Amino acid sequence: MRFIFDLNTWQEIFGSIKKNKTRTIITVIGVLWGIFVYIAMAGAAKGLDNGFERAFETVAMNSMFTWAQSTSMPYAGYKTGRRLQLKIQDVTVLENRIPEIQYIAPRNAKGVFGDTPAKVIRGLKSGDYAIYGDFPIYTKIATKKIYDGGRFINDEDIAQNRKVCVIGERTEKELFEEGENPIGAYIRLDNIYFQVVGVHKFTPGGGFESDSDVFIPFSTFKKLYNTADNVGWLTIAAYDDADVVQVEKDVKGTLKNIHKVDPRDERAFGAFNLGEVFNKIMGFAKGMTFLSLVVGIATILAGVIGIGNILLIAVKERTKELGVRRALGATPKEVKSQIILESVFLTTIAGVLGIILGAFVLNIVNILTKDGDFPYANPTVPIPYVLGAMGLMIVLGTLIGLIPAQRAVSIKPIDALREE
Amino acid sequence: MAMIEIKDLHKSYQMGSNSLHVLKGINFSVEAGELVAIMGSSGSGKSTLLNILGMLDEANEGSYELDGVPIKNLNETKAAQYRNKFLGFVFQSFNLINYKTAAENVALPLYYQKMPRKERQEKAIKYLEQVGLKDWATHLPSELSGGQKQRVAIARAMAAEPKVLLADEPTGALDSKTSYEVMDLIQKINDAGNTILVVTHEPDIADMCKRIVHLKDGVIVEDKKVKQVRAAQYV
Repeated sequence: MRFIFDLNTWQEIFGSIKKNKTRTIITVIGVLWGIFVYIAMAGAAKGLDNGFERAFETVAMNSMFTWAQSTSMPYAGYKTGRRLQLKIQDVTVLENRIPEIQYIAPRNAKGVFGDTPAKVIRGLKSGDYAIYGDFPIYTKIATKKIYDGGRFINDEDIAQNRKVCVIGERTEKELFEEGENPIGAYIRLDNIYFQVVGVHKFTPGGGFESDSDVFIPFSTFKKLYNTADNVGWLTIAAYDDADVVQVEKDVKGTLKNIHKVDPRDERAFGAFNLGEVFNKIMGFAKGMTFLSLVVGIATILAGVIGIGNILLIAVKERTKELGVRRALGATPKEVKSQIILESVFLTTIAGVLGIILGAFVLNIVNILTKDGDFPYANPTVPIPYVLGAMGLMIVLGTLIGLIPAQRAVSIKPIDALREE
Repeated sequence: MAMIEIKDLHKSYQMGSNSLHVLKGINFSVEAGELVAIMGSSGSGKSTLLNILGMLDEANEGSYELDGVPIKNLNETKAAQYRNKFLGFVFQSFNLINYKTAAENVALPLYYQKMPRKERQEKAIKYLEQVGLKDWATHLPSELSGGQKQRVAIARAMAAEPKVLLADEPTGALDSKTSYEVMDLIQKINDAGNTILVVTHEPDIADMCKRIVHLKDGVIVEDKKVKQVRAAQYV
């Protein structure tokens, strides 16, 4: 071990590396490329991963929607093709029966699924906008960023059937003058006056809302459009550790039970499982990470084998030199250590350069993709991965160095020195 | 006591199915301070004998003592250490390491003696000065003439302060004028009390030694003291 920390050893190695510049550079490029590919790929995969996560940050990742359709099987005396309708009472039953449910938000909408949107008028300005009837709990599932000075619908609004609304950014732009404060102002929604209590910021990627919509309390919606206990659809968020696919099954099963639908009827209730989609995307990102790991390590391996190969040729070229060294008193161990250290040293230098280059390129890509919808953010390679790659390279560098080193000492000095 | 003492040395090489008996019982001793020429035509076994003396090869039979130390059953590591401590080598083709400067070449055996760098450099310069090449210390071998290279090689061999200097055809690659310069240097080193063995097939070089050993077909046919011809008169 003292050998490694001996200044003389390093002087010998630097001497031999410096005097064989071409060989050194070619060797270094091999490994540098390998580690660069590894870092760039792992970082890009992580960036994609972060990008997806950012795209979904406004929505609970293990959430789902479910809505009622028509039955496709006769059951319990009902004929097939019966139109089903979700009721507000279903919510309590679902909450009681399925403990995995964290939040459940019943929602109603007008002007979203093909029906006519509401006519919204303010003074001389007007527009057609989608209207949502919501509970405050909805914001627990899909975050709504409200601009300063405003708020979302609260429990009081629901209890008192208040005529208040939260409008989208574009709704604000179209109904109000620039610089005008919409909070506290009144707008006419299908001929009923509503007070604006908040403006929500539009974030892409979360559900099917847009920037031109109006949120009103669920109870007000009910009175305004005579929806009674009907619910348009349910937005459900499961606990983080719950299996969303199972929760979807349970929810559908319970709904079938309540509405007297054949348990085998697949068409009675529709559902869109964000959690499942999210899991698939995250699975894709994980696959990318794994792929980059495999490809990166394979490339590093190829680079290290290249080092071994070049050192092997170098040893052949240096047969005479090594013979002279041994005639002058170099022990086989000293010769071996020198060649292995050369290998490890070159691998490590190449590795460090590759990591720096990789980080540099990742940074450039990050700056280029900063703005825009491409799901790519903050590409990083975890330190343990980097250290792991470095460790792997040092180990491989040692192992591959063993081959030329063994070769170097397998030639007897007398043969190495023989005149030809 | 003899510096080199060999008794009944045999060496044969296996060449396929037949074996080649190269050394057939060599008895030979060298006192400290001698300058011995080993002569013989090619195939006489003189290089084999030198290789065995240099611990680069091992005899099949017989004993070899160097300054009272029996040399036998050496593994590579031990042999390397003995070579480093006891022997200095001068080769026909100089065998300098081409990417090291003259001073670095001279310092190389000292590196394997684990001598600190500073000391090594000082010593290398000192020996280069002795061979008259102090001003060439930072030059690479490719920038030196053949005679200069051989003088660097001699400095390198002497730097480790060996008990015996072994020179294998030291003038074989040099013209006669340069050869005499190199022999002059070897004689001066011998004058300082060092034991030197020179393998050569040139009679005029052999005459510059103090003793000539003739080898023929693996045996010593003649071993005589001669009146040394000083190389200085030709330089």
